[in-house]
Amino acid sequence: MPGVEGFMYPNEVELQWSVLIVLYPFLTGLVAGAFILASLERVFQVEAVKPTYRLALLTALAFLLVAPLPLQLHLGHPERSYEMYLTPHRTSAMAMFGFVYLWYLMGVLLLEIWLDYRRDIVVLSQSTTGWRRLLYRLMTLGSNNISQHALEIDDRLGWLITLIGIPSAFLLHGYVGFIFGSVKANPWWSSPLMPVVFIFSAMVSGIATVMLLYMLLTWARKETIDMRCVDTVARYLFYTFIIDFSLEMLDLIHRIYEADESFRSLDFMVHTKLYMSHIVIQIILGTVTPIALLALTQVLRLGEMARKRIYALAGCLTLVGIFAMRWNIVIGGQLFSKSFLGYTTYKMGLATREGLLVAIALTILPLLILWVLTKLLPPWPEKDSGLSPDAAPAH
Amino acid sequence: MSISRRHMLLLLPAAAVAWKYVLAGTPDAAPNYKMPEHWWGMLIDLPNCIGCGNCVRACQAENDVPDEYFRTWVERYHVSDYDIENPHVDSPEGGKKGFPAAKAEGGKNFFVPKLCNHCADSPCTQVCPVGATFISPDGVVLVDKTYCLGCRYCVQACPYGCRFINPKTATAEKCTLCYHRITKGLTTACCEACPTGARQLADLKNPNDPIHEFLKTHDVQVLKPYMATHAKVFYNDLDGSVR
Repeated sequence: MPGVEGFMYPNEVELQWSVLIVLYPFLTGLVAGAFILASLERVFQVEAVKPTYRLALLTALAFLLVAPLPLQLHLGHPERSYEMYLTPHRTSAMAMFGFVYLWYLMGVLLLEIWLDYRRDIVVLSQSTTGWRRLLYRLMTLGSNNISQHALEIDDRLGWLITLIGIPSAFLLHGYVGFIFGSVKANPWWSSPLMPVVFIFSAMVSGIATVMLLYMLLTWARKETIDMRCVDTVARYLFYTFIIDFSLEMLDLIHRIYEADESFRSLDFMVHTKLYMSHIVIQIILGTVTPIALLALTQVLRLGEMARKRIYALAGCLTLVGIFAMRWNIVIGGQLFSKSFLGYTTYKMGLATREGLLVAIALTILPLLILWVLTKLLPPWPEKDSGLSPDAAPAH
Repeated sequence: MSISRRHMLLLLPAAAVAWKYVLAGTPDAAPNYKMPEHWWGMLIDLPNCIGCGNCVRACQAENDVPDEYFRTWVERYHVSDYDIENPHVDSPEGGKKGFPAAKAEGGKNFFVPKLCNHCADSPCTQVCPVGATFISPDGVVLVDKTYCLGCRYCVQACPYGCRFINPKTATAEKCTLCYHRITKGLTTACCEACPTGARQLADLKNPNDPIHEFLKTHDVQVLKPYMATHAKVFYNDLDGSVR
């Protein structure tokens, strides 16, 4: 049979979960990571990262809005997906997806963004005209009180929601890890470490994304990059990455040392079909290299330009590495037979419903949404945002 | 009674909708079948399997299984004397057309028919997000294809590779133990087609079923017992290399 080596159970030859299911944990990881970065400023009072706070929230929202799309496109019957809300099967790890997603979107992210932007929205609803005015008025939800007292309440509530949001972000992505980690039939996935690895890799990818976006957008706006901010974000990226890498290595070493009945099969796979994506791209290029680059910035006294370049390079490599990690988990976990006697091949379509072009479109879409969001709700200081500092607050 | 033109216009579409159900016929009733009185499984008597593929063909014909997918299939194991833990296995077209002659390499050759194990603690049922996969009160794991989302989580969760997505319905599919037959007192298509009696439908709640005597007097095992799925397809004389 073409693409098959050794023996596969006959129904295993075709892969069930495609590149879109690779994209799903990648996108939700960015959401969770971006939110956790935002919480650094809000809850843990890390003032240095303040310039990225609003951008991190909008990034999380943009990616969260797109996260369910790959799942919908993948379903055999997307028109039935609402059944997960109406009749969720309580023993299924996947059944909670809709509820976790909705909670995070409506209970955490939208609420926090609304509270944080409420003053701006009210001011913009008075200073703009035409359809923008109408839109901002709708976004105020009828709450026009921006007195000092009201804003203080917003601030306290926002703090509380961020506090609730941190475990929620962990839940959102840890839960995605659990969907894979709880499949006992698949030794490549089945691991109690999986949710923890997912959470830390999510933080890594989210922090890297916000750092890159902040540098890119600040450069595009011809503003000065706040190096204290980027240095701090990069330091957090470095620390988180070390924890993430340690966890992944712990999992790997445990598998190698224990060498259970699946090991021979998995080891062969890692040295053949997954060699490029796992060893070269994920571990060497996407993990060890960015960690080494970030370590350089911690131990050497480098100039500003050198640091910026290193951060940009390390950020890009990090995203490549985390995407490769998702790929290796999702696709890698389906390349070997559950008989441990053979291997199949993933043939990605180009312009099919679950093909490469759709995956690329779904990766670009959150960036377009983010662009719209930054136009609508500028995350920058007021002089650039169209918000007049002396705009009279409505009482 | 006269039918006006207006009534006729109303009746015609309703009749058109109803016609396909008339054509499809009424499902056979099974008035005497009581689900709680049965607990279905299957016995595979491996020494009797000759790898003819009759069971695979019968299943495909009975259940309209699409080409290249299998509700049941037959594997041929070759276990060499030197490496008993790493058998060589083949199953050309699921064994549907039988097997080419085995190479004379020493060691042993034998056939292993596979099908859904109708596990009492089935991982596929556990993971289904909407409960479209369920265990019937008589112990058969079934899929409601009018409800299945086609998320494929059950396919991933099955340790035995018994599930697939039917390309026609875009829903999960697997062996139903010919539920439409066994509830009417018939045996499954595969058991009926087996020329050697290597496959035997078993009702574990029926005290007169020969399965009880067989289980008492033979070395019977299930596949991958370490998965703790409480599989109900019992293999007689199962070699340790089978997975």
